[in-house]
Amino acid sequence: MKAQRIVSIVVLVGLIISAAVWYGINNHLLPEAAGLEAEAYDRLFNTMVGIAFGVFLLIEGLLVFAILVFQRRPGDEEDGPGIGENLRLEILWTAIPIVTVLWLSIYSTLVYNRMVGKEPLTIAHHHAHPHTTYVAMTEGEEGVTEVDVTAMQFAWIFTYPGTEVTSGELHVPLGKKVRLNMQAMDVIHAFWVPELRLKQDAIPGMTTHLEFTPTRLGTFNIVCTELCGAYHGGMRAEMVVDTPADYQKWLAEQAVAQKQGKAIAIKPGEEFFASIPHHVPAHIHHVINEELVR
Amino acid sequence: MTTAVTSYSASRPEWLKYFSFCIDHKVIGIQYIVTSFLFYLIGGALAGLVRAELTTPEPDLLDPSLYNGMFTLHGTIMIFLWIVPAVTGGFGNYLVPLMIGARDMAFPRLNALAFWMTIPAGLLLIASFFVGPASTGWTAYPPLSILTDQKAGQVLWILSIIMIGTSSILAAVNFITTILKMRRPGMGLFHMPLFCWAMLATSVLALLATPVLAGALILLLFDICFGTVFFNPAGGGDPVVYQHLFWFYSHPAVYVMILPVFGIISEILPVHARKPIFGYKAIAYSSMMICCLGLLVWAHHMFTSATPDWLRIFFTVGTLLVAVPTGIKVFSWIATLWRGKIHFRSSMLFALGFVSLFVMGGLAGVMLGSAPIDLHVHDTYFVVAHFHYVLFGGSVFGIYAGLYHWFPKMTGRMYNEFWGRVHFFLTYIGFNLCFFPMHILGLQGMPRRVAQYDPQFTSLNVICSIGALILALSTIPFLVNMIYSWTRGERASGNPWRALTLEWTTLSPPPTENWHGEPPLVTEPYAYGISSHS
Ligand code: HEM
Ligand SMILES: [Cu+2]
Ligand SMILES: [Cu+2]
Repeated sequence: MKAQRIVSIVVLVGLIISAAVWYGINNHLLPEAAGLEAEAYDRLFNTMVGIAFGVFLLIEGLLVFAILVFQRRPGDEEDGPGIGENLRLEILWTAIPIVTVLWLSIYSTLVYNRMVGKEPLTIAHHHAHPHTTYVAMTEGEEGVTEVDVTAMQFAWIFTYPGTEVTSGELHVPLGKKVRLNMQAMDVIHAFWVPELRLKQDAIPGMTTHLEFTPTRLGTFNIVCTELCGAYHGGMRAEMVVDTPADYQKWLAEQAVAQKQGKAIAIKPGEEFFASIPHHVPAHIHHVINEELVR
Repeated sequence: MTTAVTSYSASRPEWLKYFSFCIDHKVIGIQYIVTSFLFYLIGGALAGLVRAELTTPEPDLLDPSLYNGMFTLHGTIMIFLWIVPAVTGGFGNYLVPLMIGARDMAFPRLNALAFWMTIPAGLLLIASFFVGPASTGWTAYPPLSILTDQKAGQVLWILSIIMIGTSSILAAVNFITTILKMRRPGMGLFHMPLFCWAMLATSVLALLATPVLAGALILLLFDICFGTVFFNPAGGGDPVVYQHLFWFYSHPAVYVMILPVFGIISEILPVHARKPIFGYKAIAYSSMMICCLGLLVWAHHMFTSATPDWLRIFFTVGTLLVAVPTGIKVFSWIATLWRGKIHFRSSMLFALGFVSLFVMGGLAGVMLGSAPIDLHVHDTYFVVAHFHYVLFGGSVFGIYAGLYHWFPKMTGRMYNEFWGRVHFFLTYIGFNLCFFPMHILGLQGMPRRVAQYDPQFTSLNVICSIGALILALSTIPFLVNMIYSWTRGERASGNPWRALTLEWTTLSPPPTENWHGEPPLVTEPYAYGISSHS
């Protein structure tokens, strides 16, 4: 009798663990990854989803079992057994979660350090008005593509330091590390590309940074995730991952086009540009005005 | 049974006391519950409009800025005028003195004052909607809240929250004093029902954290009205500091909303499973642990706000540790059910539903607590799913469980069990349909607080809206049942559930000052299956 019970518990726990592992690997809850950081993210995510699914099955299973088995029979007015504690059990369900969350904390820290790069996300505080301290970094780290990002109600604007290029579309080269230097003109916005699993607020009055290495060619949505006003939901742009050669070509074309004074396309929300804040940097204002004139 | 009527002035009709500055804690408790439920209906109607807008990806039903005003008012009402007042002011006031054998709260006048502050505060909040609604979410982050076009609405919103916050500080002082000083002689702290432990932890949190929110909002008010630049970067202010102050309050606030509900669940499960609560001391200590940890994890709401790396690690570890005391509670509840004799009354159904849904919310919470995971899902529908599982699946299910459980005590009448069950199943199904798909939406890329979204998310959003419709319908059987039973229900005895905590030793409803004569001494509130009682 007792042995039988132990066997069935072992079998059940085995089943739960297998289901957890299976779901951890096969959950398909995330869009396909498109960056190195996203790959590290997905391993952590799948681990946590697996564990969460296992715990979920365990607890809901116990609950459903209790509901089905421990129903009061009609007419039975007796109480259940007066058991109110079991020290061994209580130590067990305190200790196992402690070990699990500490391990998850360490694992999370390791993944976190990889996702944000060795370099800490430094914050440059500016003490004057944002537009007077708008610094374009012309020379970056070796092999790093730097892009300056300006967020405003309700658009993203990308400028490429060292070139004349200003665009409403983010182009980045495949396989190269990209560093975004982000500024916000009016209120807080947040830059998110779901396929990169990365998000960073753009905060007025300071520059924030985001680094990633794209690993998949294609066009991806850039989504603003911090409530920034009436048309927050419309504040989207596109990120195009090009081969390095295509990327250079695109930069060159854009530079020529802009020298000839052609307007560039700033994607969504054109209709809201009428309310462009006056503190937008001059070169960007210029671009937007052209867009409006068109 | 007619002698059970209270000794309230016989010359006036009985019901009038609910509309007066009455200092009886039971009247105040019911005033809180009914008022907050009325606000819940308003908040729910707003949610219905929000979900209606979201059935299509285009922002076509409501003007986008009106949409922002609606979810702002929705969230603010649900938190500050429904859940917080219902669980602390409502259940706390009604139950704490009865459970510890006291005649009333320590400061009855202060108590009535705290309640009567919530009404003007609520009206002010609703008025703010009509002068140009605050449209910056319940978080009101600057600089958006400073640069907003709806300055008047934003200012009224701030004043209203400060008023509610003051009310909640007064209530916290009252609860702490009452629990520490007013227990019936002979009742030690570890003889108290667990709901009282939960209220103690809740009140400590509310007392320590709410003043910080008030401070932040006052500075924000200055930035809006008087051109100061505490949080305004245009003059060198720092908007991130506001976020720290805001979450220093608002993370503990989530425990203010759930700890009393943990207490309610710890009361209900033993009664209807006919077993002692499992691990009384562990549950009591875990409330205090949650109280301490809860004060130290606020920046997990700010993992993308340019928070320094070492801080993000600190807040990751702290947040994940919250899972430990929470887990202790959940496992203890299940052990309480084990080998019990479960009566599936409406209150028990909601309590069991609570456990099943809260687990889901807690697991999502642990994932969110990990800084790298949060980078992807922060400010998406995944977070919306998480907090509705803990706040609706958690707090609201717990409130319903408590309302059914103590309905006979509060009103002296029995409710209709059949309609209670219908209410439960509709709510359970509607809830999961409405909120489960939101996890997937967030992971796939849908941000929160948008009236307009990528068309790839349409079908899941339609499912959510259908769930919301079922949820709206589910309140009808509840309301009809409550109103009908309160006026015409079968009379309830003093202790219809054969429960052992002190409130069941008096009449239903209890007389003024709670007991005719001395309250009995109960030092084992959960001794089911142990002593000869019944
Ligand atoms: C195991 C326990 C829990 C953990 C580890 C946890 C963790 C978190 C984290 C990390 C966030 C921030 C997510 C983000 O914005 O990116 C969050 C959000 C939230 N949580 Fe929890 N949580 C837990 C339980 C609860 C409970 C019990 C409640 C309330 C009853 C709650 C209510 C909320 C709310 C309202 C938000 C969203 C706030 C907002 O941005 O508007 N959580 N939770
Ligand atoms: Cu934005
Ligand atoms: Cu929190």
